[in-house]
Amino acid sequence: MLNAAIVFAFACIAAALLLNFWRLLRGPTTPDRILALDTMYINTIALLVLFGIHLDLTAFFEAALLIAMMGFVGTVALCKYLLRGDIIE
Amino acid sequence: MNLLLIILLPLLGALLPPLAIRYGRSASAWTAAAITLAALLFALGPLVAVFGGAPQEVHWTWLPQAGLDIHLRLDGLAALFVLLILGIGLLVILYARYYLAERDPMGRFYGLLLLFMGAMLGVALSNHLLQLLVFWELTSLSSFLLISYWHHRSDARRGARMALAITGAGGLAMLAGFMLLGHIVGSYQISVILNAGDLIRAHPLYAPMLLLVLLGAFTKSAQFPFHFWLPHAMAAPTPVSAYLHSATMVKAGVFLLARLYPALSGTELWFFLVGGVGLATLLFAAYNALFQHDLKGLLAYSTISHLGLITLLFGIGTPLAAVAGVFHIINHATFKASLFMAAGIIDHETGTRDMRLINGMWKYMPHTATLAMVAAAAMAGVPLLNGFLSKEMFFAETLHLSALGAFSWVLPAAATLAGIFAVAYSARFIHDVFFNGEPIDLPKFPPHEPPRHMKVPVEILVALCLLVGILPAITVAPLLAVAAGAVLNGPLPDYSLAIWHGFNTPFIMSLVALAGGIALYTQRHKLFALHDRVFPGVDARALFWEFITWLMDTAHAMTRALENGSLQRYAALLLLTAVAAIAWPFLNSTAPIAGPVPAAPIDALTLLGALVMMAAAVVTTVWQRQRLTAVIALSVVGLVVSLTFVRWSAPDLALTQLSVEVVTIVLLLLALYFLPQRATVDSSNLRRGQDLLLATGVGGGVGLITWAMLTRPYTTIANYFVENSLPGGGGANVVNVILVDFRGFDTLGEITVLAIAAIGIFALLDNLRLEMPATDDGGRPWSSERYPLVLSQLTRFLLPLALLVSVYLFLRGHNAPGGGFIAGLVTAVALILQYMASGIDWTQQRWRLQYHPIIAAGVLIAAATGAGSWLYDRPFLTSAFGHFHLPLAGEFELATAMLFDLGVYLTVVGVVMLILANLGKLTQRSAGEGGT
Repeated sequence: MLNAAIVFAFACIAAALLLNFWRLLRGPTTPDRILALDTMYINTIALLVLFGIHLDLTAFFEAALLIAMMGFVGTVALCKYLLRGDIIE
Repeated sequence: MNLLLIILLPLLGALLPPLAIRYGRSASAWTAAAITLAALLFALGPLVAVFGGAPQEVHWTWLPQAGLDIHLRLDGLAALFVLLILGIGLLVILYARYYLAERDPMGRFYGLLLLFMGAMLGVALSNHLLQLLVFWELTSLSSFLLISYWHHRSDARRGARMALAITGAGGLAMLAGFMLLGHIVGSYQISVILNAGDLIRAHPLYAPMLLLVLLGAFTKSAQFPFHFWLPHAMAAPTPVSAYLHSATMVKAGVFLLARLYPALSGTELWFFLVGGVGLATLLFAAYNALFQHDLKGLLAYSTISHLGLITLLFGIGTPLAAVAGVFHIINHATFKASLFMAAGIIDHETGTRDMRLINGMWKYMPHTATLAMVAAAAMAGVPLLNGFLSKEMFFAETLHLSALGAFSWVLPAAATLAGIFAVAYSARFIHDVFFNGEPIDLPKFPPHEPPRHMKVPVEILVALCLLVGILPAITVAPLLAVAAGAVLNGPLPDYSLAIWHGFNTPFIMSLVALAGGIALYTQRHKLFALHDRVFPGVDARALFWEFITWLMDTAHAMTRALENGSLQRYAALLLLTAVAAIAWPFLNSTAPIAGPVPAAPIDALTLLGALVMMAAAVVTTVWQRQRLTAVIALSVVGLVVSLTFVRWSAPDLALTQLSVEVVTIVLLLLALYFLPQRATVDSSNLRRGQDLLLATGVGGGVGLITWAMLTRPYTTIANYFVENSLPGGGGANVVNVILVDFRGFDTLGEITVLAIAAIGIFALLDNLRLEMPATDDGGRPWSSERYPLVLSQLTRFLLPLALLVSVYLFLRGHNAPGGGFIAGLVTAVALILQYMASGIDWTQQRWRLQYHPIIAAGVLIAAATGAGSWLYDRPFLTSAFGHFHLPLAGEFELATAMLFDLGVYLTVVGVVMLILANLGKLTQRSAGEGGT
């Protein structure tokens, strides 16, 4: 049962990632693309946690943690760049 | 030990006179003299032993695997040179104290002089060819610095460059010769080489080896046709000319001939090369000396001529000739050094060195005149003076030579001719300067005697000329015997050091030379006119500069051809080479690209990841001209790469990659701000087609290789690390143990490079002012909100959290994914986030640490951890670990590797922050100035 659920979840997240990537390619504006990238990061967290459950390993937990903690720093930098150009002022 | 001290005292003592100059000029001179005296004192014991017939030798192993050891040996020849270097050095120090003007930096002079002294002593005492060469080059360098001592004068700079170019090139040739010699004998130890003469002479490589070694000796001793640097080196202060360019350094070439005499001499090649060059130099320079109007120019050519004479004597190759050569080294050093000093006094007192102006000095400085005239008479070879004795031995040797067959008369005739010119230029030195009417338009008038102590060194040297000349048997005989014995490396021939050998042929030759020289001098005006007509301005210097200019032009042209400044071109050449290197084995092999190992099955998720990564990579390339969009697409590539690491069970790499991704995007955006937002197409379509082809070739080639590699069975060294990680390194995380333990030395090198790079970037960014765009890409003005409230408030909570995670990653790094590198990146990202969200000022008010000391501390901690293992007699970077028990916390492990990892952590944090924070500050400074 759990196995089937995991496979189903994998499929959903993979589809989400693909759609994110599609949005990133299509745009049309830069904020669209930045949001698409940020969502890809979030979906990746889910993917990593699923992967850990699937293989019954904790080794991927830190990677998910790092993405959760730092993945948005790139988004912040990109947004600040759009707003001010100068990201460290 | 004393032998080493003799060299080290002046070499290290060279630092003292420049410091002592604060306490006055005399203090500086006394310091230099005291160091020289101390070296002489240390030399006394070994010297006494050498005169007793026991050469002194010391030896320390240094790099025995490379055949590089410290070998010092004091035998008779070295003893002679040690006495010359230290004795004349002492006199020159005294003389220079009065010679140098008030405005000349005296500390630097004495420092360089001592540096030279140490180097020259090293040449004399070395018992190892390569070690000798190091000191040899050091004498060239110190000579360069001393010639250019008055570096505001262009002739001094040019003369110094010329001397360095010639002697340096000769030194390189000599290095090649020494390598061959070492190869022939199988040892670089000179005392071994000296006893392998037969082996060397019979070896097929003898001729090229001899030629290369002689090139070094001839350039150093200013032999024809490399003589021309020496007259131009006369731009140096006169004490330098007296010391380096007549008494000691230029003798290094003939010293080498003497040193290697038992090993290299005794062949026809040696006779014709050494003898021929010596004879040509002797005649050519003696002739030229007569036509110099510059006082020091005359002495310089005379020095060249006498060096030629010594070379010729060693070239003749009979034992007696070698004895005469050694004898003349001693005599020339004494009379020529005193002559240079006298010339310096005259220059000092009259303000010029032009002999056409300086006349009648006898009236103004009779004391100096007497000394100079005695020394000049010794140079001419007048009886009762030392120059006469060695010159007569030389004449005698030219007579007993059978190698030239029917042309045996040539050598004595040439020797007499050179003697005639020597007498003539000596006569000119005496008559033109001290008599010959009244001085003409002297810059300083009237000249008078110099300070009392300036004449003391000249007096001592002239007294030696007389003593040796009159009483050779009780003055110079022991020194000559022990030095010549060392040169011959065997029994001494019979010779008698007497002033009167009867009315024989050499004596007649001397008389002819004396009479002919004086006759020639009386006819000098006609000769000068003839010389000007026949050789109008033949100048080796012009040829040399022409050659140098040509060399520089060619080098520049080559650089321009290879390095045209186009990064595309370098990349294209590099990649093309790589493609060729990849394609070559594939095209030449019939084996299939795919190996026997079957491919693993592909799951849908991996396939999806690969497709996304490929698509993102393509999109990045396609969008590369819209830079911000390309950065976003590039982030997708980075993300999928991190996922790939996770997929293939490399959590350490994934963590590193994720952190690096964040830092990279911040860095790119910081730089992007100053760059145009859109790039234009600069290359032609053809060019872009070529580049596409090349890029596809490289990518395809790497893919093919990877495929070929992964489908073949291979043995890996990974198993060793996996097996030894826990028992040997005390850590379960193999990646981290490799980084901090197995390959700790590499990591140390890497963090050092990181630190250097960061400091380099800091230097580049320092005071950089860049144009800042006033609006964004679409022409919209920037938002007025610098630090959005929500962002700055939320990120503040993140800082302690992120630091906690980084401590966690650091502490567990040895046993689970993590470690100093990743922890450092996480810390840096957390800090950078504060800079972004709350601004530089806000952050720095709360975080007062400088990043340079953090970097330094990191590298130092890592290095000190490595060095710590020396205390326990273990090799560098041996790690130790142990398990400890703490109440409440339970058992935990401590490893020195963790301390090393702390160094890595600090370095990474410091480097990332130094670079990013300073890039960020660029805008702050520019804004402050621009007032926006």
